[in-house]
Amino acid sequence: MKSSFRHWSLLPAVVLFVALTVYPMVNLLRMSVSTIEFTGGVAQWAFTPARNLALLAGDAVLRPAVFNTALFVTLGVTAEVLLGLLLALFVARLQRGKGLARTVMILPILVPPVAIGSMWKLMYNYDFGVFNQALVALSLSPVNWLGSTSVALAAVILVDIWHWVPFVFLILFAAVEGIPPDVIEAARIDGATPTQIARRVMIPMLRPALAIAIVFRGILAFKTFDEVYLLTSGGPGTSTELASLHLYKVFFEQNLLGYGALLSLALIAGITAVLLVSRRALVPRGLA
Amino acid sequence: MSSTLAPSSVLPLAGRERVVGYLLLALALFAIIGPFAWIAMTSVKQQIAIYTGAWVFTPTLSNYADVLFGRRSDFAANIANSLIVASASTAFTLVIGTLAAYSLYRFRWARWVVTGFLGWTLLFHMIPVLTLVGPWYIAFRELGWYDTLGALVLTHVTLNLPITVWLMMAFFREIPTELNEAAQVDGCPPFQAFWSIALPLAVPGLIAAGILDFIFSWNEFSIALNLTSRDTATVPVAIARFAQQYETQHGQMAAAAVIATAPALALMAVGQRFIVRGLTMGSVK
Repeated sequence: MKSSFRHWSLLPAVVLFVALTVYPMVNLLRMSVSTIEFTGGVAQWAFTPARNLALLAGDAVLRPAVFNTALFVTLGVTAEVLLGLLLALFVARLQRGKGLARTVMILPILVPPVAIGSMWKLMYNYDFGVFNQALVALSLSPVNWLGSTSVALAAVILVDIWHWVPFVFLILFAAVEGIPPDVIEAARIDGATPTQIARRVMIPMLRPALAIAIVFRGILAFKTFDEVYLLTSGGPGTSTELASLHLYKVFFEQNLLGYGALLSLALIAGITAVLLVSRRALVPRGLA
Repeated sequence: MSSTLAPSSVLPLAGRERVVGYLLLALALFAIIGPFAWIAMTSVKQQIAIYTGAWVFTPTLSNYADVLFGRRSDFAANIANSLIVASASTAFTLVIGTLAAYSLYRFRWARWVVTGFLGWTLLFHMIPVLTLVGPWYIAFRELGWYDTLGALVLTHVTLNLPITVWLMMAFFREIPTELNEAAQVDGCPPFQAFWSIALPLAVPGLIAAGILDFIFSWNEFSIALNLTSRDTATVPVAIARFAQQYETQHGQMAAAAVIATAPALALMAVGQRFIVRGLTMGSVK
């Protein structure tokens, strides 16, 4: 009796994962050495490992995509963690406005990323966007935010920062509130200044939450697709091309399902490596 | 975790720090709300008012009417698709995820089962979903499920299962162990113990997970973009098409963005408490 419920309670989840994640990942291995084309709804597989490797070697977009992704993740996550930490340290210790802060900060996390993309696309508009409106009002010359190769990546990173500072804030905010007041009180009685309290007492106690915020944001930033698809689709040229965006184009615009699988495997291997390295930060309890 | 709801125990700021604190808060609120306000304003402007960048104008609902009822627009159908997919996938995710979480929490599974299962959910949650959309596309086309709402529901259930299992496990762990032991001693059958003891106590978890599942499914773009066509397209796909095909219809673009944001706002008004708990749970304690 007990064992039957025990087994069927876990079974649906396992079946679903095997069918929709394990099997597709195994399939990626097969796809990565093949060329797949559809004739009348039936996939025709051909064994062409050399062709896929040649596509990899000749992929001129890959290098800028990797470079941009690295820049996007590093700059975006650094800014998000610094701003989120600064806000959390101050706001958690205010007497009013905390509830309001939390309500407002959830908004960007819950709004469809695609809607955020179209919002910012309008705000970045050269002719009537709010940024250029402000610049013109200050008698400065307008900037082609999404259309110039030197500015576009920064503009896209700014959207990511706007989108995700609140998430880092919420995690760190809860962690700051979890610090026992006696600890801070003791430091103060010992004569520590507020800055010292923040740097020597609070930030060290936030380290686990900080580690989680950094790893999570890092990996999620690496996956960014929706907003950038809307804002620039990787352009102008390849100046905002990111890993996910490139993968999408290979799979569904160039219809190279085999080569796309090869790229996917490389991505999965890279992320697995990061996960293994940062395992300790991610699973402090329960998960492993 | 109760700390997120209880009044702050952290020593309040005073003097100059307090002024800086309120300034930072005001700046952050402005930075977040500003873009929303601007887009809402743009959505009720005529094209001319948008181009001139006017701050004073006669508001109009014509953009909303065009988006929802215009002859060239399928947006009403897109909303229906999104509602179907999000509701169905939320229901399935909650049932499957809650059962799995309870099973892992309550029954003595071998360590490799637990580690393997949770490790796999973590890995799957971390990889870009686009890596799997390729194989899904092939499989669904061969099965004849490509371009169906059912296939999209299946992928969304899979996508949201990891976070649902983690959340529900965290909520189950808060149930006092004495309750389970008492049930066992009284000879309560396992399913009954789950149904009438654990589940009622985990209702806040179900609400949190349900809201997040619904929103994530409603927002999901990269799968829907590649596994649907015109008839099955969801709201995010429609917004993307809008932004690309009718690049000059800025008012409609803004209106569509506002409409797409509405469910998230509504759910947040109802269940903010649960959402905050869900989003930050497990990361801090």
